[in-house]
Amino acid sequence: MARVLIVAEHDGEHLNLSTAICVSCAASFDNDGIDVAVLAADGQAVAADAARLEGVTTVLQIDHPANEASLAATWAPQIAALAADYSHVFGPSTTFGKDLMPRVAALMGVGQLSDIMSTADGRVFRRPIYAGNAIVTVETRDDRTVVATVRTASYTAVEETGSATIEKRSLDAELPTHTRFVALRSDTGSERPDLQTAARVVSGGRALGSADKFQMIYDLADRLGAAVGASRAAVDAGLVGNDLQVGQTGKIIAPELYFAVGISGAIQHLTGIKDAGTIVAINKDAEAPIFEIADIGLVADLFAALPELIDRLDS
Amino acid sequence: MQKILVCLKRVVDYNVRVRVKADGSGMALDGVKMAINPFDEIALEEALRIKERGETEEIVVVSLGTKECEQQLRTGLAMGADRAILVETDTALEPLSAARVLKALVDREAPGLVLLGKQAIDDDNNQTGQMLAALWDRPQATFASEVVLSDDRVTVSREVDAGLEIIEIDLPAVITTELRLNEPRFVKLPDIMKARKKTLEIVPLEELGLELERQFTVTKVEPPSDRQKGIIVADVAELVQTLTDRGLL
Repeated sequence: MARVLIVAEHDGEHLNLSTAICVSCAASFDNDGIDVAVLAADGQAVAADAARLEGVTTVLQIDHPANEASLAATWAPQIAALAADYSHVFGPSTTFGKDLMPRVAALMGVGQLSDIMSTADGRVFRRPIYAGNAIVTVETRDDRTVVATVRTASYTAVEETGSATIEKRSLDAELPTHTRFVALRSDTGSERPDLQTAARVVSGGRALGSADKFQMIYDLADRLGAAVGASRAAVDAGLVGNDLQVGQTGKIIAPELYFAVGISGAIQHLTGIKDAGTIVAINKDAEAPIFEIADIGLVADLFAALPELIDRLDS
Repeated sequence: MQKILVCLKRVVDYNVRVRVKADGSGMALDGVKMAINPFDEIALEEALRIKERGETEEIVVVSLGTKECEQQLRTGLAMGADRAILVETDTALEPLSAARVLKALVDREAPGLVLLGKQAIDDDNNQTGQMLAALWDRPQATFASEVVLSDDRVTVSREVDAGLEIIEIDLPAVITTELRLNEPRFVKLPDIMKARKKTLEIVPLEELGLELERQFTVTKVEPPSDRQKGIIVADVAELVQTLTDRGLL
């Protein structure tokens, strides 16, 4: 029978929602237990968060000073050491999981599946290739541990109604010192909803023209209680930081309501928003590809439409 | 650092809109334009800049795959790489196998740095660099948007979900590249001529004596479920009304 180990993503204080999404994937097939591994310098608060996730059996709390930053080179040998007791090892398909899980798999001498979208039995999986232009069904060998990243936009987080046991573990895996965390720089304001998990997202494209004008996107987002995103072109043009990028190489998101403003809709961007509930597009080019997938389209100059939209939302 | 190894994967050109074959057996790739994986091209550009700053002496480009991969290696040589190695095989390699092959080359060539794209735009796996670093027991810096070398270590800015993470790693190491690391140069015609004289070594995969296995079997390839095309509203007033009617405001 399947036993699933999930690697918790967190910032040292709070569990990232991506972990609850991985639990949701694990709970979607028959299993004998779902455990969550919390690696941290002091993982007490995060382990308590993880223990509340519905469906989790045991939370393994592995405290070590070296686990303060989530460095793949440091974490991977510890996860690989824990993995011996499991049939499946999952992490989220966030930059955290994409960095870590292949290293875990290689240390275990097994392959890895990226971005799993669904599975019926924990042995056959569906995943996107070619920027989501195709979906492949992949079967894995029965005699190999399944190491995978879970596509976060494909699952809904489990509820926080559980009460799992928390078990402290100490591991004697040898930890490398060749990789050192220096700093984390973030553009995202802390009061704003998190782009990856927000119910509403407003994204701006290069058509905004300048960082000053991009402020209009923030203004609209404020009215809607939305997170702010951007196209790759807008990030490349320096209008906003890379952490706001939505698309194949940025964040794959699934908000209930998505506004694409001044975004033409390159396939790489569309890949990032396919699972959104309702897509609203505002663009002056009626032929823009974004209108092919938008639920509600408005062909208009954004510099006229945005202020009017903000006014109407205010009144 | 004496040598940098850069991995170039041959993939469908990123401008081509690929489609699933009608019978669901795979992608329709006959006659489609092929190119160096764009992330790998960025990796090569970074290596070239490092060499132009005098921080390395030799750049070796490697590819794993069919004889046709020679085209991408020749392009790499024309961009400025010094030497090329093709590990020739007709079998598609899973990322772990690719990493094992690269590890064999790393043992042979002993580079100070391996540079490759964070992912290939065909399978979108995003695994090979990390797996190579694990097998090699060396540091990895994935999703790099800035690389600063100093003697025996590298400071790398990594594009992560929360912003930019700065890490410091000891050499030798593996770095995988993000789109914003640099803009690759265009190849000039005289360089293409010159590249013909550079060494391109072909190593049959069997000669490396590796035990490679397949863990995954693709049983079906299908197009994604398309979103229905929606409505076009006339003006902002109608947009707000529609959103209100649908209970979205």
